[in-house]
Amino acid sequence: MKKQSRREFIKVVSLSGGGLVLAAFIPAESIFAKPGEEPKIFSPNAFLKIDSNGVVTIIVHRSEMGQGVQTSLPMLVAEELEVDWTQIKIEQADADRKYGSQTTGGSTSIRRNYEPLRAAGAAAREMLIAAAAAKWKVQPADCKAENGFVINKLNGKKIGYGKLADDASKLPVPQNVKLKEPKDFKIIGKKIHRLDTPDKIYGKAKFGIDIVIPGMYYAAVKRPPVFGGMVKNFDASKTKLLNGVKEAVKISSGVAVIANSTWAAFKGKEELLVDWDNGLYANFSSEKIKSKMIEKLNGTGEEIRKEGNPELPITNNAQFLEATFEVPFLAHAPMEPMNCVANVKDGKAELWVATQNPQAAQRDIARQLGLKEENVTIHVTLLGGGFGRRLQTDFAVEAAEISKAAGVPVKLTWSREDDIKHGFYRPPSMHKLNGAIDSDGNLIKFEHHVSAPSIFSQRAGRKIEPKEYDIAEAAWPLEYKIPNIKLSGSLVDTHVPLGYWRAVYQTQNPFAVESFIDELAYLAKKDPFEFRRTMLTEDSRLRKVLELAAEKSDWYKKLEAGKGRGIALSEGFGSFCAQVAEVSIKSQNEFKIDRFICAIDCGIVINPDTVEAQIEGAIAFALSAALKGEITIKNGGVAESNFDDYPILTFEEMPKVEVYIAQNSFPVGGVGEVGMAACPPALCNAIFAAAGKRIRKLPVKLN
Amino acid sequence: MAKFTITVNGKKKTVDVDGDTPLLWALRDSLGLTGTKYGCGEGICGACVVHINKKAERSCSISIKDVEGKSITTIEGLAENPNHPIFKTWIDLEVSQCGYCQPGQIMTLAALLNEKKKPSKKEIEETMNGVLCRCGTYHRIHKAVDKLVEEN
Repeated sequence: MKKQSRREFIKVVSLSGGGLVLAAFIPAESIFAKPGEEPKIFSPNAFLKIDSNGVVTIIVHRSEMGQGVQTSLPMLVAEELEVDWTQIKIEQADADRKYGSQTTGGSTSIRRNYEPLRAAGAAAREMLIAAAAAKWKVQPADCKAENGFVINKLNGKKIGYGKLADDASKLPVPQNVKLKEPKDFKIIGKKIHRLDTPDKIYGKAKFGIDIVIPGMYYAAVKRPPVFGGMVKNFDASKTKLLNGVKEAVKISSGVAVIANSTWAAFKGKEELLVDWDNGLYANFSSEKIKSKMIEKLNGTGEEIRKEGNPELPITNNAQFLEATFEVPFLAHAPMEPMNCVANVKDGKAELWVATQNPQAAQRDIARQLGLKEENVTIHVTLLGGGFGRRLQTDFAVEAAEISKAAGVPVKLTWSREDDIKHGFYRPPSMHKLNGAIDSDGNLIKFEHHVSAPSIFSQRAGRKIEPKEYDIAEAAWPLEYKIPNIKLSGSLVDTHVPLGYWRAVYQTQNPFAVESFIDELAYLAKKDPFEFRRTMLTEDSRLRKVLELAAEKSDWYKKLEAGKGRGIALSEGFGSFCAQVAEVSIKSQNEFKIDRFICAIDCGIVINPDTVEAQIEGAIAFALSAALKGEITIKNGGVAESNFDDYPILTFEEMPKVEVYIAQNSFPVGGVGEVGMAACPPALCNAIFAAAGKRIRKLPVKLN
Repeated sequence: MAKFTITVNGKKKTVDVDGDTPLLWALRDSLGLTGTKYGCGEGICGACVVHINKKAERSCSISIKDVEGKSITTIEGLAENPNHPIFKTWIDLEVSQCGYCQPGQIMTLAALLNEKKKPSKKEIEETMNGVLCRCGTYHRIHKAVDKLVEEN
């Protein structure tokens, strides 16, 4: 991202309705952007509105998918604006390039907006103060802003923001707005109640699937059983006999049934007879990709990074260890299945989408339908979970195609089976690790060779260079002081659509790395916590969270027989995390996770309650994968279909989670994903401590 | 198509749908009560739980023809009293994340606590295991249930 001074990104964009509209330029950035690539778009953007009645509306340009941005982003604006938090309103932004990136992924919402949104609030505050000072014929320095009013410090008189809005909007935008010192924060850093909670629990909140527009029909799509398959032809005669079915149309992804209810559309889909062209991959299976990964791991792979001389033979009574780790394909399975309401007519498209990627939806729909982007309106609804699945735009494009073909507004709803079988999957991976411990018990060599399909390569549609290997994300052994390290990678191809799954490759590589570090600690006859601690420098943030987690877990307190503790670290998304898992072995095949202790350093904290919730949630999400998650490819498609054969964690299985947040003033870090990486290795290391069994393959099987 | 009359949140409603239409879709598509959610369609996830004659039932797996004449309460009906202790505790403990499964969680718990003021740990687990949450709010649901049971 290009470094910018604050003055570059603040200006007034428009004056309307006697109100003040303040804009900030936020550098466009994308999680898909390549490192070093200059952002292409710098657009003005309105983040707050104050009307003449004093109503303050803060516009949220990132998607609310449970992580709390409809609260935390307004907190940033409100902090500097000096407004009564209980009086603000929020608005979810439509897709518009003027906001910079709206892509809600990569744990970036707070990180990328911490300063720009505060600056937007601060500039508005200064303009309101200037307007009041002019009215009172005093200096701005004689005034202060507080709780939605400007106060004359000389005589105590005050005037509300609403009455100042019109005057303020005529003023020049201050260039170097001074942001508050963290010690003066009134909102940031406090446990603020979420603004979206009441509507959600009363059943009033509108997710994409809840949107209704006049004249709307309901749609469902039958898609090919093999990825890459196509419709040869179809027979909808039985479908059309059903009550409520309007018609069936071919679209690029399959055959759509349009009906007067979701149920009629679902039933109509079942009655469709489709002759598929299965394409090239009908014989493809999970086993085939596994054998490709094994074959690659038996080679040397492409060197990605090296330190010291890992190739030099080690002779001085060292002990050696080699281990192979493996994880499967996974689906996102958010609780709200994919859906979209679309109304395409007269060369324009209007859509209501639960999306993490509104601008990409706008672009892709424009491209697919041959429309101009400005003629595609994307309204962003609440998201019933995202986890990366809703970064994809496939379901929105489908809805637009259906509405265009049928000539009516439609709500497309995917069944859960559609969701499990037609996703963009977390790729599988295999990892070969080698380590050497010298006669003093020091780790002197660490080699990691990862083999996996590349999401980046598949999306870019080209071969990628080793320096671009996304498969090696977080595959380096953290900051551990190890004299000789080698990281290599081998790509394997797959026809299975791949996607970003919460924390992406950080759900894979750290499992291998931190499990193996644990194995090496035991080989060195050292305590796994001490082994890690001594390999980290004293001022390391990672070491501090490691120590915090160990302290809070009573690391050295002996557990009864059959119980065990495991520890693991992770770093990513600007944050640092240590987790301790405690498990009890119940029988040969059964164990219970008693608790997780998590220490997180995410720099400056906006809303501590949300940080805790994100860690609790990340642990649940990671445990679903570690304990149960596996998508199997059979005959070129996904074998699983619903929560019965793709189960997720249940209420009873959820361990107690304790979260401890490091207090410091480091730059703001992300919290949505960092809790994912340390969880599986901490769990598996605890299982080893309790049962003496190493788990090197997920999902966990004790026997 | 046929007409079916059901009592929803104390009011008589008539819907004109096929008899095999799951109650879920009659509520959502015909009556506009979208607080009841679709999650799996197979009675596994619990997002669609409503009360039928005061018992928690999965509305995706029960046909409209089988609920005629019965009394149905949806999350909108429960929320007619926003001071219901469950709602207050849910807000206090900030249980919800994406919120999609929460109507199902709340309706399931409300039926349980209605039936039994102090359910056992086992009864709570067996009941709440039937409602899935992908965001992982279980930890806070647990705390909320404990608090509610203690206060009952």
